[in-house]
Amino acid sequence: MNERIFRILLIKKIPNPEERALLESIKDLGLKELPKVKIYNVYYLSGPISKATATKIAKKYFCDPVVETYEVTELSGQKNLLGPKSIEIIYKPGVMDPEAEHIAKALDEWGYPGLLVKTAKVYQFISNISNEKIYYIARNLLYNPLIQEIANQHSRSYFVRFSPKPEKSFKVNYIEILDKSLNELVELSRKHLWALNRDELKTIQEYYRKLKRNPTDIEIETFAQTWSEHCKHKTFQAKIIYKNGSKVEIIDSLFKSYIKKVTYELNKPWCLSVFEDNSGVIEFNKDYGISFKVETHNHPSALEPYGGASTGIGGVIRDCLGTGLGSKPIANTDVFCFAPPDLPAKEIPPDVLHPRRIIKGVVYGVRDYGNRMGIPTVCGAVAFDKRYLGNPLVYCGTIGLIPKSKLKKKIIPGDLIVLIGGRTGRDGIHGVTFASLELESSRFEVLSQAVQIGNPIEEKKITDLMLEARDQNLFNATTDCGGGGLSSAIGELARCGAVVELDKVPLKYHGLSYTEIWISESQERMILFVPPKKLAAFLKLAQLHNVEATVIGKLTDNKKLVLKYYGKIVGELDLEFLHHGLPQKTLIALSPKNKFKAKKQKRSKTLNYNQEILFRLADYNIASKEWIVRQYDFEVQGRTVIKPFVGKDNDGPSDAVVLKPLPNEDKGLAISCGLAFEHGEEDCYWMAASAIDEALRNIVAVGADPNRVALLDNFSWGSPERPKTLGKLVNASRACYEIAKIYGTPFISGKDSLYNEYKTTQGKILQIPATLLISAIGVVPDIKKVTTLDFKAPNEAIYLIGEIKTSTQNNIREFNPYLSKKIFHALHNAITEGLITACHDVSEGGLAVALAEMCFSGAVGCEIYLERLIDQKFRKRLIDSDLEFNLLFLEYSTRFIVSVPPNKQTAFERKFRGVHWVLIGNTTTSSTLKIYGLYKNLIVNLNIDELKRVWATALTNALH
Amino acid sequence: MVKAGVLFTSGTNCDEETIYAFRLVGAQANRLYLKQLKENPKILLDYHILCLPGGFTYGDYLGAGKILANILKFYLKDILIEFYNRGNLILGICNGFQILVKAGLLPDFSFTEKTSLVTNDSNKFECRWVYLKVNPNSPCIFTKGLDFFSLPVAHAEGKFVVDNEHTLNKIIEKNLMVLTYTNKEGQYGNYPYNPNGSICNIAGICDPSGRVFGLMPHPERASLFYQYPLGTNLSEALGITIFKNAVYYVKKNL
Repeated sequence: MNERIFRILLIKKIPNPEERALLESIKDLGLKELPKVKIYNVYYLSGPISKATATKIAKKYFCDPVVETYEVTELSGQKNLLGPKSIEIIYKPGVMDPEAEHIAKALDEWGYPGLLVKTAKVYQFISNISNEKIYYIARNLLYNPLIQEIANQHSRSYFVRFSPKPEKSFKVNYIEILDKSLNELVELSRKHLWALNRDELKTIQEYYRKLKRNPTDIEIETFAQTWSEHCKHKTFQAKIIYKNGSKVEIIDSLFKSYIKKVTYELNKPWCLSVFEDNSGVIEFNKDYGISFKVETHNHPSALEPYGGASTGIGGVIRDCLGTGLGSKPIANTDVFCFAPPDLPAKEIPPDVLHPRRIIKGVVYGVRDYGNRMGIPTVCGAVAFDKRYLGNPLVYCGTIGLIPKSKLKKKIIPGDLIVLIGGRTGRDGIHGVTFASLELESSRFEVLSQAVQIGNPIEEKKITDLMLEARDQNLFNATTDCGGGGLSSAIGELARCGAVVELDKVPLKYHGLSYTEIWISESQERMILFVPPKKLAAFLKLAQLHNVEATVIGKLTDNKKLVLKYYGKIVGELDLEFLHHGLPQKTLIALSPKNKFKAKKQKRSKTLNYNQEILFRLADYNIASKEWIVRQYDFEVQGRTVIKPFVGKDNDGPSDAVVLKPLPNEDKGLAISCGLAFEHGEEDCYWMAASAIDEALRNIVAVGADPNRVALLDNFSWGSPERPKTLGKLVNASRACYEIAKIYGTPFISGKDSLYNEYKTTQGKILQIPATLLISAIGVVPDIKKVTTLDFKAPNEAIYLIGEIKTSTQNNIREFNPYLSKKIFHALHNAITEGLITACHDVSEGGLAVALAEMCFSGAVGCEIYLERLIDQKFRKRLIDSDLEFNLLFLEYSTRFIVSVPPNKQTAFERKFRGVHWVLIGNTTTSSTLKIYGLYKNLIVNLNIDELKRVWATALTNALH
Repeated sequence: MVKAGVLFTSGTNCDEETIYAFRLVGAQANRLYLKQLKENPKILLDYHILCLPGGFTYGDYLGAGKILANILKFYLKDILIEFYNRGNLILGICNGFQILVKAGLLPDFSFTEKTSLVTNDSNKFECRWVYLKVNPNSPCIFTKGLDFFSLPVAHAEGKFVVDNEHTLNKIIEKNLMVLTYTNKEGQYGNYPYNPNGSICNIAGICDPSGRVFGLMPHPERASLFYQYPLGTNLSEALGITIFKNAVYYVKKNL
């Protein structure tokens, strides 16, 4: 029978909420007349089947008869199956379509093997609308030309089966480098997207000159992958010549001199694995450790937000699985930096997606991956700033639970290299070298293969298989296939030597070269080293979980990596040179002028404090992130004790979350983050210090023991080749060392994402603000002794703990970390002894916003007396209006507001001897936030329902 | 010993906490691999309770739960009928509920679809705690002793719909409507109290025997005190009652 193509259209009999949502988005585009749109799901089946069979499949398996009908048509020739005002969006050939993959597999089981399935979506515009407008809507909302296209004229090209037979006749390609000049080598590197620099190219050339042969293509690609910024963190390992005025300092690796150093100096016995595995691991109890890793996926998310974010979260989950012999993912974190969602279209350069589209795509990507995997997304932050327009930041983290007995990998020659999970395609080739290049609009086409779509169910199956296999001791080591694909995974893990047979790797389609197989970054794959005698048991378990598992090589003991393709050696690498041959980079850093400019306080025109507070609550950086957070399942696995939303109606913003990792133990785990980015020419030292302080404040506020907190650093920076940008990185790293040392909080893992800038078609460079994310993880001694921010009852005392600053003349971010440490410990003691009923850190929006959040979260009002914040001799001076304003709204480090029941005030005050605190007011039976000013006059009088409404709706209305 | 099998396949993701909840109330519970069940359907008869837990089976492609519903309907029908006729229990939570309606096991065990669960009116995934009222006249054996309580929901396709008036009337007449979403006071409430736009605020239904029960909220995530939000005024972990009732029923009747 001939190959025929059928199109199954599912037609909803009931209103489709997706259509209403699309109309909202069209409204945001600024179209005056809103069209009427119908949306249909389309499934193509291609294969040797009859129309009767296609119809049977549609009726029996696809259609939900309660709410749908269906239509089956055969695709023949160029006939247009759509009405005049319809467009159909379809994935480009070769782009992963997980839905189609799952359906094809199911059909195979149901007796219809070998069908090619493809999904598409039809948008039918019913009202009068010009084609021009339809295409405008499509371009802005319905598809991304990097991965999808409009399929108005149906061509059979979508259904071409890739060549059925592998191409066994191939030639080993050698790259001529021995006689090339350095400039010619640089040109070669550019052409092949190796992203290798002059020194590196020269080192490779010298190495091969000694070997008296040219490298093969696969060898040089392996260097490009292994020595990429992404895999080797060359900037953090570089020698830096740091110039500060006339002073010159040589820093031998930021990583060794600062980040790693603090961990080694603190030498905490509860740090079980730091900076050596795929995640950092701390001790949880005598049997278990907790792993944590945070990654960025910025560049892919700028190009294809949904795919970029979903493969970002997918990647970090695999890091968790690749920790020790497999850590069980128990929570995800996510932190984003975007341009504001309501930025006018005219401010968006061509080739840059509108921030609203990026936000939605990223959130849906994280949601669909995390939720489908059954991992609660519990903790995060979102920052909005125009400078993230061309280059949004997407941080994804995964926390895992791992038995201490499963922490060590064993590398044993003779073990088999087993590849599990998804098949290998051309996806993501050069993803890691891409991460080391600035985004440039003209390169989008070339780099589009670096963009992928995730398949969470495949990864869920891998997780299930790995954890069972781990507990049955079926493998000795594992790592994930992430950046650099097999080349990085095997190259890194098989330090004893290995032979890899690339023709054994299962492919999505044939036609890949051996090099492409080696460096492909196809998602959802893991590498395991399985002892030969356990192979049968492992493969059986893999079958139970429907996971494809293939032996692709073997560990040897000669420290050589031998790559074979159909029996022929195509590459042979000395692992010693591959891992240690990389020349240390030397970079120049200039200390930025520490000319402190105060951050301009956002202020509405009138000096009406009521308006000021509402204005701030509606600021996207402060407003409720409910639109985002409720789309994540934060309850799955049943471990979430303090949820992202807390308070009387479960909608107040929690400072941090607390999990209960083990059902039989009342110990908890708190997770928080601190995110800081620079505001203009401000000192990056104190910016980084504030990020650490914020993470600590948040985690201590819910009840974590400050003696048992570990940190993760994630730097997102511009190009380190710019001496000033690098200077900022040096200052921030130094703060990480000094502040963490004082706080006693070791770093256990970290990652840097550099080259975050975007060059528009006009050649304008958009650099992101230097951004540091600090993630904190800490042990809560007893989950019954935790606090949340909501006021619990009237007539309780309200205290402000911490320093009081009254002016912005000095660097407002500067603080005394020794005092901060004292505060954290005193506060923790007070929480553990049950002296505090509510606790909230003071951050963005200052005292006024923090109080508002505590009131509306608990549905309890309060009265605050600002004059108590000013000491007597100060009070005699003339009070200017700025003073009152600053007391209400200034943002700076290490302050908390707490509520204390009257009978516990004495005990509470005793705890805070030597720490600055002020009794600033009390909770009330009324439902208002009342603040009395420095003249004892009522300056703020707001109903707490109104406060909540403004705070809850601002961002939700902007995103809907 | 009461035995509960928690059906497990690609994309199942609430099996662990569901098994834990069954074990808390004294059942012997374990994963029941779909692959093994398909190879040897008879193993289902080793169990008294079949639980279809939450998750995204097969990615929820073709619609939530649809692929697994097809498998139950076309490939495991006989054994399910035998299991049911022996008086055993079937519980579907979230994705499990979606599967039960799409396979036609609910509302009447006819293997014909009469009801469905579709995309929430908000067009969004919704993770939130909801208030639930139990229909005191329902034959459902799982909700005995419960009146008004709180559970979390987490779904994108939870809007309960029916094929026609007749079906809805039957569901109401026969008291198959077990759980309804309410506001804090236990009264009728709109979004977000009804998180998805279900008709008649329906959160869970049973079959006429009361032995097959499906619900969108997650009782296994509200089985221990600490899982309840700290601020909630309903501080008892009442989700566990659903599992307790199932085990009690088996002990008494089977």
